[in-house]
Amino acid sequence: MAALTDPMLPRPFRIEKVTHETADTFTFELSQQQADGDGRFDFACGQFNMLYTFGTGEIPVSISGDPAKPQRLVHTIRAVGSVTRAMKKLKKGDTLGVRGPFGSAWPVQQAEGNDVIIIAGGIGLAPLRPAICSILQNREKYGHVALLYGARTPQDILFEKELREWRGRFDMQVMITVDHAVGTWKGNIGVVPDLIKRVKIDPDNTIAMVCGPEIMMRFCVIELHNRGMEHDTIFVSMERNMKCGIGLCGHCQYGPEFICKDGPVFPFSKIRTLFDIYEL
Amino acid sequence: MNKKSKPSAYTLPASQLQKIIDLLHEQGYTVIGPQRQDNAIIYDEITSTDALPAGWTDVQEGGTYQLQRRDDDAWFGYAVGPHSWKQFLFPAKKKLFTIERETFRAQAEPADKTRYAFLGVRSCELHAIAIQDKVFRDGPYADPAYSRLRNNAFFIAVNCTEPAATCFCSSMNTGPGAESGYDLLLTELIDSGQHEFLISSASAKGRALLGKMELPEATPAARERGQELLARAADKMHRRMDAEKARKLLLANPEHPHWQELGARCLSCANCTMVCPTCFCSTVEDVTSLTGDTAERWRRWDSCFTMGHSYIHGGHIRSSGAARYRQWLTHKLATWVDQFGVSGCVGCGRCITWCPVAIDVTEEITKFEPVTQETAA
Ligand SMILES: Cc1cc2nc3c(=O)[nH]c(=O)nc-3n(C[C@H](O)[C@H](O)[C@H](O)COP(=O)(O)OP(=O)(O)OC[C@H]3O[C@@H](n4cnc5c(N)ncnc54)[C@H](O)[C@@H]3O)c2cc1C
Ligand code: SF4
Ligand code: SF4
Ligand code: FES
Repeated sequence: MAALTDPMLPRPFRIEKVTHETADTFTFELSQQQADGDGRFDFACGQFNMLYTFGTGEIPVSISGDPAKPQRLVHTIRAVGSVTRAMKKLKKGDTLGVRGPFGSAWPVQQAEGNDVIIIAGGIGLAPLRPAICSILQNREKYGHVALLYGARTPQDILFEKELREWRGRFDMQVMITVDHAVGTWKGNIGVVPDLIKRVKIDPDNTIAMVCGPEIMMRFCVIELHNRGMEHDTIFVSMERNMKCGIGLCGHCQYGPEFICKDGPVFPFSKIRTLFDIYEL
Repeated sequence: MNKKSKPSAYTLPASQLQKIIDLLHEQGYTVIGPQRQDNAIIYDEITSTDALPAGWTDVQEGGTYQLQRRDDDAWFGYAVGPHSWKQFLFPAKKKLFTIERETFRAQAEPADKTRYAFLGVRSCELHAIAIQDKVFRDGPYADPAYSRLRNNAFFIAVNCTEPAATCFCSSMNTGPGAESGYDLLLTELIDSGQHEFLISSASAKGRALLGKMELPEATPAARERGQELLARAADKMHRRMDAEKARKLLLANPEHPHWQELGARCLSCANCTMVCPTCFCSTVEDVTSLTGDTAERWRRWDSCFTMGHSYIHGGHIRSSGAARYRQWLTHKLATWVDQFGVSGCVGCGRCITWCPVAIDVTEEITKFEPVTQETAA
């Protein structure tokens, strides 16, 4: 039933660490400032928070941390506009307001016993990182695990150190591609959906998790479907304007769905008919 | 009738309605009722029945609203105006919190403890409130301010005997007679110089108040007269909407060419969403004090007709007027049912009346009807 506290009030969190991932993207590690509770921030992989910066605004941002380490709340943010640019100026010791966690989760449990193919474009790797951490911690429960990641340029690649670690594992296939490259890049150039062609897919025993720009997700779904995967085994994370995160403001509506409370993660089968409607 | 059972309706002489207002005041209610202001009937605080729009009615059509004198002095002889009770339960502008830079403590506004008594609530409006309850009060996250104001409110409904030409509640099963959701229910009767009301209650609060009035039981003739007036009101409504059909048509036709036509006619002024008693969209605004030490966060009504409503970094999702019109109409009449189990439209007609280019939802919906084999050929 309805929560009694005011769900629109942000709670203060202190920035414990700032990591500059790329020129425009940074990661905050946050700790809860109110001393009530044990400081844990439990969440499900794929959920998001509403992050508030003093006097500037509040935006939805996925949690990018490892769910097994709930003492630190982790967010990875790309500076694109007024609020995210204000966030980029914040330093260790500064405070952010947090409401959440909200929304649906990646099907990490449902995927147990299956192969998993994780496909990320750009900042879309951040919302998938908790799922990757969780799957790798329980690696024995899954079959083949692949991560396909696309960035604009080699300089835009997120979580480089971690990607190298993941790539070094024998039990995970990691493929990275960039849209454009100059200089020393020796890796793939091209779009993410093209990488799908190079992965082994057992369509009846695979779960796909896809996050990135809508156009990229569109082509990934087509490619996965061409390879025999059913739409209810492909999960995507959707994005719409959000002012409340809790089903009250109406902004995130996507046909009958509220992205904030019915999503952001959907089995593609649930939104397939909406996905093709122009300007929905 | 069994002698022991309580009568279902009483007779309230018009002169006694003031006593109800007074009793409500004694119980700490702020009474809001209809009154004539700026050539419209609006809802505002009321202390005396003298403020009621006696002898006025509203003549409405697509894009027009006019007050006219009635032949009688009825107090509730109009339909609905530009206001709805939404503005009291879900204010157009509300401060969510004040926050200090130093401590970063967000302080909510003190709870608004006003106890409203709404006088003259129409059946369609009771339905609209029940719909907003589903949005704001009964979901996984409740709006505490709405819930408090709404749960504390006292509803005096009035059966509609004078629907406007824009009303279509009878086809939406939301009127013209109120069936539930009120504390007290009035039916206004004016016959040969007699001005009185049928009055009944549907809650403990309502019964307690009626108990203080010592009213005579309504005569069978008076009750019959009330029924007759309601039946006549329903008959008068010529606009109609087949809700189930409308829903199917909209869900089946997101790319129908008629959206382009509607998009071209619609001015995106958002009037329809502002006057609609069920629309619930809101946005937020942040204001920082001049010294920069404190900031406030405000919520205000928003509309899916604004560009900003669908903005995400990189562009506006619904950049065309057609897409915005489709969002409004499809949400109202179709996807609302998926979200909340009821239609988002109660047939009050406000969006028809207050549309500057007189777009009529009951008419537009028929344009999506399937083209039959013969006409297509
Ligand atoms: C569920 C969800 C998860 C997200 N996770 C991340 C993440 O992990 N990392 C990240 O960098 N970004 C994420 N985003 C996108 C992020 O919310 C936007 O980049 C951000 O809102 C832009 O705000 P701005 O004020 O800097 O931009 P401006 O362009 O100045 O936008 C102004 C306002 O419009 C709204 N808005 C603009 N873009 C978006 C958008 N894409 N989604 C929702 N509202 C928007 C916001 O209210 C914003 O304050 C996510 C979005 C959603 C919906
Ligand atoms: S859509 Fe129009 S007729 Fe229906 S409830 Fe809203 S304003 Fe009234
Ligand atoms: S999306 Fe449009 S039609 Fe739906 S509640 Fe919001 S303003 Fe009203
Ligand atoms: S973000 Fe407000 S309803 Fe979803």
